[in-house]
Amino acid sequence: MQAVSVILYLLLAPLAGALLDGLDRRLSARMQGRQGPPFLQPFYDIAKLFSKQMLAVNSVQMFLLLSYLIFLAVAGSLLFAGEDILMCLFMLSTADMFLVMAASSDSSPFSTLGAGREMIQIMAYEPMTLLLAVGFYLATGSFQVADIVRQPVSAVVTMPGFLLGLMFIMAIKLRKSPFDLSTSHHAHQEIVKGLTTEMAGPTLAVMNIAEYYEMTLMLGLVALFFVNENPISWPLALVACLAVYVLELVWDNVSARVKWRTLLDGCWVVTLLTGGLNGLILMLIR
Amino acid sequence: MANKLAKSPWMLHYDGSSCNGCDIEVLACTTPKYDIERFGIINTGDPFQADILLITGGVNHQSESVIKQIYAQMPEPKVVVAVGICACTGGVFKDCYNIKGGIDTVIPVDVYVPGCAARPQAIIDGVVQALEILQTKREAYAASRRRRP
Amino acid sequence: MGVIPILIAWPALAAVVLPLVRSRKARAAVVYAAAAGMMLLAAVLLAAWLSAGKQTLFLAPESIYTNYLDLAMLAGEFVLMGLIIALSIRHRKYPVILLSAGQTLLVAWSEIFHPVEKTTHMRVDGLAMLLCIIAAFVGGFICIYAVGYMKAYHEHHKEYKDRGGFFFSMLFLFLAAMFGLVLSENLVWMYFFWEVTSVVSFLLIGYTRTEEAVHNSFRALWMNLLGGFGFAIAIVYSAATGGTVQLTDVVTSGAAIPVVLLAFAALTKSAQMPFSSWLLGAMVAPTPSSALLHSATMVKAGVYLLIRLAPALAGTLGGMMVAFIGGFTFIVASMMAIAQNDGKKVLAFSTISNLGLIVACAGIGVEETVWAAVLLMIFHSVAKSMLFQAVGSIENSLGTRDIEAMHGLLLRLPRLTYIMGIGIAGMYLAPFGMLISKWVALKSFVDADNYLLVLFLAYGSATTMLYWTKWLSKLISLHHTKEPVTDRTHQDQYLSMFVHAGATLLLCLVFPWVSSRIVDPIVRTLFGASHEVLSMNVLTTMAIMLVSVLFVPTLMFILTRTTHRDYVPIYMGGANVGDNTYFVNSYGEPEHLYLSNWYMRFEFGMRRLMRPSVIVSAGTLVVMLCMVIGGAL
Repeated sequence: MQAVSVILYLLLAPLAGALLDGLDRRLSARMQGRQGPPFLQPFYDIAKLFSKQMLAVNSVQMFLLLSYLIFLAVAGSLLFAGEDILMCLFMLSTADMFLVMAASSDSSPFSTLGAGREMIQIMAYEPMTLLLAVGFYLATGSFQVADIVRQPVSAVVTMPGFLLGLMFIMAIKLRKSPFDLSTSHHAHQEIVKGLTTEMAGPTLAVMNIAEYYEMTLMLGLVALFFVNENPISWPLALVACLAVYVLELVWDNVSARVKWRTLLDGCWVVTLLTGGLNGLILMLIR
Repeated sequence: MANKLAKSPWMLHYDGSSCNGCDIEVLACTTPKYDIERFGIINTGDPFQADILLITGGVNHQSESVIKQIYAQMPEPKVVVAVGICACTGGVFKDCYNIKGGIDTVIPVDVYVPGCAARPQAIIDGVVQALEILQTKREAYAASRRRRP
Repeated sequence: MGVIPILIAWPALAAVVLPLVRSRKARAAVVYAAAAGMMLLAAVLLAAWLSAGKQTLFLAPESIYTNYLDLAMLAGEFVLMGLIIALSIRHRKYPVILLSAGQTLLVAWSEIFHPVEKTTHMRVDGLAMLLCIIAAFVGGFICIYAVGYMKAYHEHHKEYKDRGGFFFSMLFLFLAAMFGLVLSENLVWMYFFWEVTSVVSFLLIGYTRTEEAVHNSFRALWMNLLGGFGFAIAIVYSAATGGTVQLTDVVTSGAAIPVVLLAFAALTKSAQMPFSSWLLGAMVAPTPSSALLHSATMVKAGVYLLIRLAPALAGTLGGMMVAFIGGFTFIVASMMAIAQNDGKKVLAFSTISNLGLIVACAGIGVEETVWAAVLLMIFHSVAKSMLFQAVGSIENSLGTRDIEAMHGLLLRLPRLTYIMGIGIAGMYLAPFGMLISKWVALKSFVDADNYLLVLFLAYGSATTMLYWTKWLSKLISLHHTKEPVTDRTHQDQYLSMFVHAGATLLLCLVFPWVSSRIVDPIVRTLFGASHEVLSMNVLTTMAIMLVSVLFVPTLMFILTRTTHRDYVPIYMGGANVGDNTYFVNSYGEPEHLYLSNWYMRFEFGMRRLMRPSVIVSAGTLVVMLCMVIGGAL
């Protein structure tokens, strides 16, 4: 069972991510009064990137990026195998560290700036992810994902604050406005493409696939709030994930990129007010 | 347009020495009215990620080296579209002391889009024509890659 | 067990011999011999202890010899007092005299007029053995490192007088005191060794004799003496009311006042807030002393004492105080580390911050947290001492320890950069020991219902991540500069650093073994019983992480090394001049590319955070001490 879900995750996560990205671009375009690209556009993009020339500025970037990809896949596998959620989240930040390394290895002005901002983004979201694991532990008595999904009542009932906090910091992980400081899906060219500036062709394709893994992982965390021992909760969780994603999308389209100070203060304060308070309440009533 | 590359052409817009007339029109292409993203086109600011180099304005001595460099930083296969009459031939600035001429004096140009300023429809038409050239280049590039061990 | 006196006497002997050796070559030989002997003796002690059945052994019962030793130590304390008074008068730091004289006279008075029967003086158990091994091996290799380092240091700093003999003498004297400290069971003996380490640290910080060094050394001295004062009062109080000066008795009786005063002494020794500034000031000392005293061993004496006290601290007001101070130190020190660009300062802040986590774990004082504390201590000693050594070597080669100057160090000093990389990864990346300890700590903080510590840990991890990542990314930037750099690192230094790097990797690889064979028995000794802290399930997860972290990058490196790439310059708006180092500026002239890290000085700078954190922590400390002592009286 574990092996099956891990294999399914490894195979389907990039597919699901790309489909969601296609939907994302289409919906965004509609929100802006445009027609938008075809649904399958992300697939065309990745296929194109793989067919391009392998340009590079140094010999290590590809290796660091591939490590990033694998670590994300491992982090996601830990989640979908029902393993320890805290370890999964630690793994996630280790993976992110490799992305920062890949970008800084270029020693170029734009990617270094992007890498610096990425580090601040990690610092901004990390308290929330750790508290999230603590929240699940308080609510369900276990860090094991397998135990969390077997609860009689969905976790969202006892930890709505954590869900709000997670939704807040998810804009960072999905690289959505207002928190897309380090690199962006939009045409902002303030720091060119930020930490992906020197990534060309296949390298960028690896980066995109890694992003899809990360996206699935984050939505998996959202789903964790909704699933319980009742099988009906699974489709419900799927719908909830979609709803959360669409909310992120709306937020993306109505807001502009913020400064790093606002990002850091915002995330830390929101983390404290949502996850922090919710956790405190959980601890007091335990 | 059955091929992958032509479905995902990302574009880099560079202003050689334009009066900004054509640049405004290029940006107009991304607005809801013209929406080039429906062809999968993304206006990226990064040569490393671009397939189409879209240049407005003629080449002067300052922009010459920059154009050469960003062209070199674009991965193969790639095409160049000269937008506006200045980019095509130098236009009214052709004989100025500081102008070298059209873009083709520095790098090979695949599609010329005349006009002062070039209309968005013309620009999109030029880009779509460039996609066909991109496709033939891609096949040639793939063939050359296969030949290399 | 007869090896114990030799183990303490051997480095002390080296300390006596070394200042007499004038030639540098001969001194190096003596250092090697002394360090090798020390490691051998520690290994013999370990073997003897293992063959004796890994039990807690109480040694040196009251006898005529121990009475002589008691007297000798008393005399030694007066010598230390005399030294401090002489130096204080010379440098016009009069208040220090009060602290030193006060506590020495207090202990002497208690010793002479209220003699307490001392059942045993020494004790060997798992925890003491662990610290002995750390002191002997990490300390021994640091001394070997210092042989090469001091040579390069004085080539680089011509302005300071070469007092190499004195320096090595102090290192070995310190090691002798450290062995004595961890093996002592009797608080009076422990106090003597405690004072020796304080004074040695003071003398080493003042090594260069610059105004700054003298100033910082006195700050370190008064803070440590303040802790020592607490220690002295604890001894006197315990002798007067409890009629015992045995550490074990104090812990089992759980008497609030001596326990909290000893904990206070430990907080000063471990440079916790509000006493952190002495460790920062201590960074003016030559790097081997920073590595040995101020990261690997001496500051560990504080947490060692706290771990010993942990069963008595668990669930008490005193424990709450210690846990709060530790957690608070963890977060504020990691925040202040962000704003530092001096490599050693970052390491100092990181040391304070990690010690804070250990202190917090000890303050909670349940099995799980103590497990985490011991594990943290092991990993921190090895990895941090290696980092200090690497920064010291980089400083000797580059002429600066500014992190900004380390841009692209991977291409300039590759070997040192790899060592730095291993150390940094060991400090915060999955699945190295620090992270596992963090995992356990987080879980047990929740179980202990201490939500404040959970918050401290969550936010502190984020800030810790930032300062390490930005340093690592600075090192790994592949920037080709034309400034030539020669690696001035001596073979002695590399020997030590390679051993440390190997140990860090090995500790990570054999982690389950370390957990079950070293840490679990220690916890069992302290608490009588222990259950498995890490389940098999967690260990499997860890194994997956370990395999992926060690092997994925290697595999990817091999896979991608052979792929064909076309190299192009980095993107600088198309304005590169030829290569990646220069670009055309707006005057049309070439300008050197300079990339700076983020420091966020206005947000996280010491100027902004230090004073409020000192006020908060000092206030907490005073109020809690008053509450504990007032409540117990």
